[in-house]
Amino acid sequence: MMEVNLCGLRLQNPVIPASGTFGFGLELADTFDLNVLGGISLKGTTLEPRYGNPLPRVAECPEGMINAVGLQNPGIDALVNEKVPALRKVFREKVIANISGFSLEEYAACCAKADACAGIDLIEVNISCPNVHNGGMAFGTSCDAAAEVTRTVREVCRNKPVFIKLSPNVTDIVSIARACEDAGADGLTLVNTLLGMRIDIVRRKPVIANRYGGFSGKAIFPLALRMVNQVAHACRIPVMGCGGVASAEDVIEMMMAGATAVQVGAENLRNPFACPEIVRDLPAVMERLGIQDLETIIGIV
Amino acid sequence: MKKVIYTIADNSLVAKDTYRLVLEGDGAVDGEFVNLEIPGFYLRRPLSVCDAEEGRLTILYKTVGAGTRVLATLPVGTAISVLTGLGKGFDADACRQKALLVAGGLGAAPLYLLAKKLKAQGKEVRVVLGFNKKEEIVLEEAFRALCDSVVISTLDGSAGVKGFVTDAIKEMAGPAGHDGGQAGYDYFYTCGPMVMMKAVCKLLEGPGEASLEERMGCGAGYCYCCSIQTKNGPRRVCADGPVFKKEELLWE
Repeated sequence: MMEVNLCGLRLQNPVIPASGTFGFGLELADTFDLNVLGGISLKGTTLEPRYGNPLPRVAECPEGMINAVGLQNPGIDALVNEKVPALRKVFREKVIANISGFSLEEYAACCAKADACAGIDLIEVNISCPNVHNGGMAFGTSCDAAAEVTRTVREVCRNKPVFIKLSPNVTDIVSIARACEDAGADGLTLVNTLLGMRIDIVRRKPVIANRYGGFSGKAIFPLALRMVNQVAHACRIPVMGCGGVASAEDVIEMMMAGATAVQVGAENLRNPFACPEIVRDLPAVMERLGIQDLETIIGIV
Repeated sequence: MKKVIYTIADNSLVAKDTYRLVLEGDGAVDGEFVNLEIPGFYLRRPLSVCDAEEGRLTILYKTVGAGTRVLATLPVGTAISVLTGLGKGFDADACRQKALLVAGGLGAAPLYLLAKKLKAQGKEVRVVLGFNKKEEIVLEEAFRALCDSVVISTLDGSAGVKGFVTDAIKEMAGPAGHDGGQAGYDYFYTCGPMVMMKAVCKLLEGPGEASLEERMGCGAGYCYCCSIQTKNGPRRVCADGPVFKKEELLWE
């Protein structure tokens, strides 16, 4: 059985494309049947529409990539009035709104609108975007700020579970995770990307126009796994594990580390069929490992 | 979009640092470009389709970085994962009767596929191909065999008109203006470096289209890594383009 229970939400399987690597879902609706997924975490959304950072926004790395899209999105009103209703015409499984902000007020306003949107099941609050200034990650790298955002959004989200998406760019992720839990978070998503850089040695300039960007991909899997393991054992709330997941085996490993659901990120960019292939492969891998019910392996290591 | 495994049928040097890659596999190939998985590299490499027939795909690429340099070493018979059906291509129907195609470097590759479509529609096709130097010239014979006229320009003057493609256009008999003179056209299409296409779009009166190039993440419109600002708001080069109408572009 692949079903998992995430804060009372029944997911048919734990596989969820991570925010920013799957657009608003509809972009891939003609590529494969989205309804094989456990859910979709939609592209990070802010109160106002944003174009994002200058180009280039992407750089190749060994076993990974750097992105600095900078939260390009059409704004929360377009999300709840256009993107989610359009996705709901073809998608029955769980929809996760990923919300970013530049102030507590903005997080609150955005989350309130997402909370009121019928097509959204869960709200993931991004306090870990490394690609925008004066926001995003600034809230996710101190316990006090993380707790403050959590309290603020928890207050306005009366209907839906709230997950806080954490940054790995911290010295002690457990203390930040605990601060979010104590402030009322229903769950945690970790990890977001690591701040990274590439230099074009011919041009003697950063490859990314924004200089630095978020490093993700297979290379970060061991790091993400370790952080999920630490946090899952230190907190009582569920964790969505994210970072370098690229196969059904990785999903199992992430769940053994403590994840209740597993997000697939950068792998979607190199293989648009990564998520359906993982869902397809899971039953055989479970059988080979003698796993009858995925929920029984959560956090066993 | 489809993910298919093709086999390399040819991968040979055809001009300076320029390779022709022929891929064979099942089924028709559509889309303006394909996204190739290169062994040892994380992201795929988007490359324009130069020619496509049932089960056979031709691409021209230049060895500009580590990825394409490895691609150049892959022998005939190598299986390669390809995403097909990507991008919004040139609109051949936008041309009424006379088309002017202006290429810079390997921009000639996607324009060749367009030229075939335009000729199949019975249209007059004039082509200007610009290169840095003679050793870089590609597709000249293929265009000559297909089109009504072909003018070559090289920056160093080693072949054809010395200078930019815009110099070559100015030298073509008659004004560059549309619907006039021997260079007359009712619609133009261009592909090449951004500065070149900007100059072409400024020089040429009348309507036309340009095919853009950007560093891409997914190549299929869901990562938003290649979004440009246009007069109509943000557009993804990979999915809303790579071909855009001249009037839509801001050239920033």
